[in-house]
Amino acid sequence: MKKASKIITVVVFIFLYVPMLVLMVGSFNSGSDLVVFKGFTIENYKALFADRVLLPLLLNSLIISVIASLASTVLGTAATLGIQRMGKKMRRFTMFMTNIPMTNPEIVTGVSLALLFAFAGQLMKIKSILGFWTLLIAHITFNLPYVILSVQPKLTQMDPNLTKAAMDLGCTPVQAFFKVVLHEIFPGIVSGALMAFTMSLDDFVISYFVYGPNFVTLPVEIYNYTKKPLHPKIYALFTLLFLAILLVMLVMNILQARDTARHRNPRLKAKAGQPTV
Amino acid sequence: MSKELIRLADISMAYDGEVVLNNINLYINDSEFLTLLGPSGCGKTTTLQIIGGFVKPTAGSVLFDGVRINDIPPHKRQVNTVFQRYALFPHLDVYDNIAFGLRIAKLGEDEIAKRVTEMLEVVGMRGFEERKVDNLSGGQQQRIAIARALVNRPKVLLLDEPLGALDLRLRKDMQVELKRIQQQMGITFIFVTHDQEEALTMSDTIVVMDKGEIQQIGTPEDIYNEPKNAFVADFIGESNILDGIMRADRVVEFFGRRFACVDEGFGKDEAVDVVIRPEDVDIVPADGGHLCGTVTSVTFKGVHYDIIVDFHGFKWLIQTTDYQPVGAVIGIRLNPEDIHIMKRSKYSGMFGDYSSYSAEYDEIGDAALAEELEAEEDGE
Repeated sequence: MKKASKIITVVVFIFLYVPMLVLMVGSFNSGSDLVVFKGFTIENYKALFADRVLLPLLLNSLIISVIASLASTVLGTAATLGIQRMGKKMRRFTMFMTNIPMTNPEIVTGVSLALLFAFAGQLMKIKSILGFWTLLIAHITFNLPYVILSVQPKLTQMDPNLTKAAMDLGCTPVQAFFKVVLHEIFPGIVSGALMAFTMSLDDFVISYFVYGPNFVTLPVEIYNYTKKPLHPKIYALFTLLFLAILLVMLVMNILQARDTARHRNPRLKAKAGQPTV
Repeated sequence: MSKELIRLADISMAYDGEVVLNNINLYINDSEFLTLLGPSGCGKTTTLQIIGGFVKPTAGSVLFDGVRINDIPPHKRQVNTVFQRYALFPHLDVYDNIAFGLRIAKLGEDEIAKRVTEMLEVVGMRGFEERKVDNLSGGQQQRIAIARALVNRPKVLLLDEPLGALDLRLRKDMQVELKRIQQQMGITFIFVTHDQEEALTMSDTIVVMDKGEIQQIGTPEDIYNEPKNAFVADFIGESNILDGIMRADRVVEFFGRRFACVDEGFGKDEAVDVVIRPEDVDIVPADGGHLCGTVTSVTFKGVHYDIIVDFHGFKWLIQTTDYQPVGAVIGIRLNPEDIHIMKRSKYSGMFGDYSSYSAEYDEIGDAALAEELEAEEDGE
């Protein structure tokens, strides 16, 4: 049994990571054919960094991801605080509604947002409404549930008396949030923000429906490239993106591991029996 | 006695139509140690939260020094709280936890250092300034929570079941410690507990509550010796409660026999509840007693034996230091001052019969607490 599960694990990892490995190797290939490795080179990377089209698009993507993840983190955290104060039934309903956009097919979200923007554009008499702002709004929209979902458990875990204790000691509700609650839920906020950032950075489907000609993100542009053979510098770009996301995920995991360790400690102690003073 | 500090006037509280407090009237004196005592769900914690300002009563007034404070938020009240399970701030060390309130009040760091050190001295925790609160034992966290509240020099300290999470030995030490701190600081403590022994040990005044109503207010001696109804008699200590009839002043009849007692002022032939504390019963040879019964169970409790004695089908709990074997037929004598008479109430007949006695009665309180904690978590 043990052996079988080990084999399955290995197979799964192969399926997951071999494509990435092929891509990475390809990015160092001096030939343009992925199937034949002609020789090691960093020319593709040089070409990438000399590219006058791709780099600004990468910058566009970064701008959207950073702003969208920050905005959705602030909004999502505020929303979570509100949800936490609702009655049980209302809270369950709201969480259910919040989760739907995550499971909703992206293409449906994309099309409905596009329709909404078209409608809004007509109302406001704007001819070409699609562009930076529509992209940003769309990204904030699909990021929100991820932020709420990662902040909410932290808030539930927190001893509700901490907020009361802060107010008892003279804090206004706002002070209580910044001086106490924020510290407690911070790991959740950080992982929510990072998750939002990665979701935003690689989003193609939704962006495709709401981008405008004067503001294009990297994934949308690359999709246009795939109609003809890809230049190896794209492999180099993907490799870098993959590594960047990997780094973000690592940071997130380290933060989470630290956080669980902190929360587990007092409980272990309580079980072991408390020494007298 | 000192002057009145807090008054609750006609306080009622309902959550979603469910009445939690029903017409509570209570005054609390300056520098008094007052305990709100009752089983889970009796409304004692809600009463405390109303005084702290975390809950607004549905009806009635909260007066502080004669001023109505219903609408004053917690951070503006001269009241501090020690929470259940302490609620220390995990991201701050011991010193910063205690200094928290003073920093919000924007005191100078020199003054803060002086007062924090002073408080650490009071609670016996000097040298722990830099420790993380997560690394403290339950008893130590307890002391820091008390210091964090008292350092603000409140007029009133509210304590919400603060000893519930400590083991028995530590709980007893902290009872003495709390009483000492209260006397040293000379301020009012309002203490919430479900543990009658805790209440008897520490309080100047005990308020016994059940089902959102005050059952009795009095000194520990009053509450123990002169319980007002069957609920109080049963909740505070152990009691045998029998149906009786007052035949005249200082004469009560039960088990078809008249006994001399010390209570008067009841109507002639009024039906009453008769309380007999298990430790007040004198055991005598079977032929020399007022009543004669058979021992049905014996439990060794350390200081004494708990024995259950069957009198005409009604089982009594009697505490005695003399061993009586199961099956022994014994007699008992009751002195007039051992018999306490109470008016009939809605609690009559619900308590004080040991027919379903189990040796584990001590643990019932703990089970109730566990339930209460769970209920609270569900409510959040």
